[in-house]
Amino acid sequence: MKDPTTYFPGDSLNEADPPGLSAFRSSRRAFIKGVIASGAVAASSGYLLSGCAPGEGPAAGSVERLISLNVNGRIRRVDVLPNETLAMTLRYKLGLTGTKLACDRGECGACTVVIDGMTNYSCSTLTHTVGSRSVRTIEGLEGPDGELHPIQQAFIDELGPQCGFCTPGQIMSTVVLLERNPKPTRDEARRALSGNLCRCGAYDHYLNSVMRAAEVI
Amino acid sequence: MPSYDVMPDVPLFQPAEIGDALNLVEQFGKGGWVLGGGQDTYGWLKDRAKQPTALIDLNGIEALHGIRQTDDGLEIGATTTLREIIANPLIKRDYELLASAASRVASPQIRNVGTLGGNVGQDARCWYYRRGLACYRAGGNLCYADSPQGMNREHALFDASRCVAVSPSDTATALVALQATMIARSVNGRREIAAEDFFVGPATHITNMTSLEPDEILTAVRIPSHWAGSRFYFEKVADRDVWDFALVSIAVVMTMDGDTITNSRFVCGGVACTPYRLHDVENAARGRTLSDESGDALAALASQGAKPLNYNHFKIPLMENLVRRAMRG
Repeated sequence: MKDPTTYFPGDSLNEADPPGLSAFRSSRRAFIKGVIASGAVAASSGYLLSGCAPGEGPAAGSVERLISLNVNGRIRRVDVLPNETLAMTLRYKLGLTGTKLACDRGECGACTVVIDGMTNYSCSTLTHTVGSRSVRTIEGLEGPDGELHPIQQAFIDELGPQCGFCTPGQIMSTVVLLERNPKPTRDEARRALSGNLCRCGAYDHYLNSVMRAAEVI
Repeated sequence: MPSYDVMPDVPLFQPAEIGDALNLVEQFGKGGWVLGGGQDTYGWLKDRAKQPTALIDLNGIEALHGIRQTDDGLEIGATTTLREIIANPLIKRDYELLASAASRVASPQIRNVGTLGGNVGQDARCWYYRRGLACYRAGGNLCYADSPQGMNREHALFDASRCVAVSPSDTATALVALQATMIARSVNGRREIAAEDFFVGPATHITNMTSLEPDEILTAVRIPSHWAGSRFYFEKVADRDVWDFALVSIAVVMTMDGDTITNSRFVCGGVACTPYRLHDVENAARGRTLSDESGDALAALASQGAKPLNYNHFKIPLMENLVRRAMRG
């Protein structure tokens, strides 16, 4: 394992960097992610280790633990518990913390990811049910040089988010909408984003953002 | 009631054949929890309000998925998603009622994965029950909703027996209206159940909203061609247009001779523990034309016999007005 302050399995930039350079890139975010990846935070060990009580092997006939997931175009090998939700796998195993967990009950949309072109609540999807389908998260939108996706840029330009916590989910719903319907009406956009709550109530700003994104794409 | 962040430790099985799935539900009995889209599963588990011993994921079984034409109508596999039902051209053409009902379920993300089998099989939405309290439905001897302080705005007007929870499914009302047949299988064979008998009230079975046995799996839903292309009306009234369950919903099928109604079925959701048929309205509708006058005449029959609780009187005029709206020309 690399230096825990810079090691971050979900960050392709760090993995591609020459070894000497990574130390200079060490940021607060990378540090936090490193800590999460190494399981050193007491709070996160609960997520990682639940169901790992000694002597409890998987029941006969149940699923394999080590699986391959196609996340943002890359095949990731990951050890997944039978009862683990995709949101947990993405955030705490793969370090893709752009996907947010809020209600954890499929009632808010903060955890929305795209699986094979369809929006899904990752808090209410078992990772084992994903299979070979491709998962797209907010981290998968940026371009090769880290430039923002036009939808992300439109959300910034229109001051879409207020606190920003629901924004990754809102953007993933917008990605799917604009793939299917590049020129939606405001009402179609409203319906497409209806499975994503915003407690700040910035819905009109989000809709402005979607309409701008539809213009620039 | 503590809130847990994580899923409990439950083994997951992903059978690829229906035979394997039937063996698993036989093996685990009441402890086996069949998974469709899982949208009525993880909340129960995360809250520790239900503690199954095994999850059996049916989504890998091809035979349970898809929409096929039969000699007499359509067969919809139990793991067909609501989204697929909404988008299906055959359903849109002949049974648009079901597509409208499915399109009002929950939110887009939930419709993307939520299955027809899961939608009709979902459990009661009473929050006392969902909180894991030992109410009648959970095997206890008390109803928290039907108590002097109970919050029962969403609860039943009809057919309550100890439990006052209502049928939460939007597609269930449409399937009862369309006279669908549910196909259930177990290792011991196959059973066809009329949709009307599939949903059971607390007087029949206090802990189960359907007549499925623990060792049975709902494999498909058949819709007969009888009502294909007839006049349909579906409306759901809920607090929010997304996520929320029906306060009252109505699914109506009518065959017409010119302007005159020859036959009809009126089914309300959210007012009883099962989809609730308005027999009196159906009888009175025969021979009438669609008009505001007919609507006024039928509306009065809709809520006869209602026994409102402390906070759900509003459902009576709501039901009556939905009948009026269904009868508009």
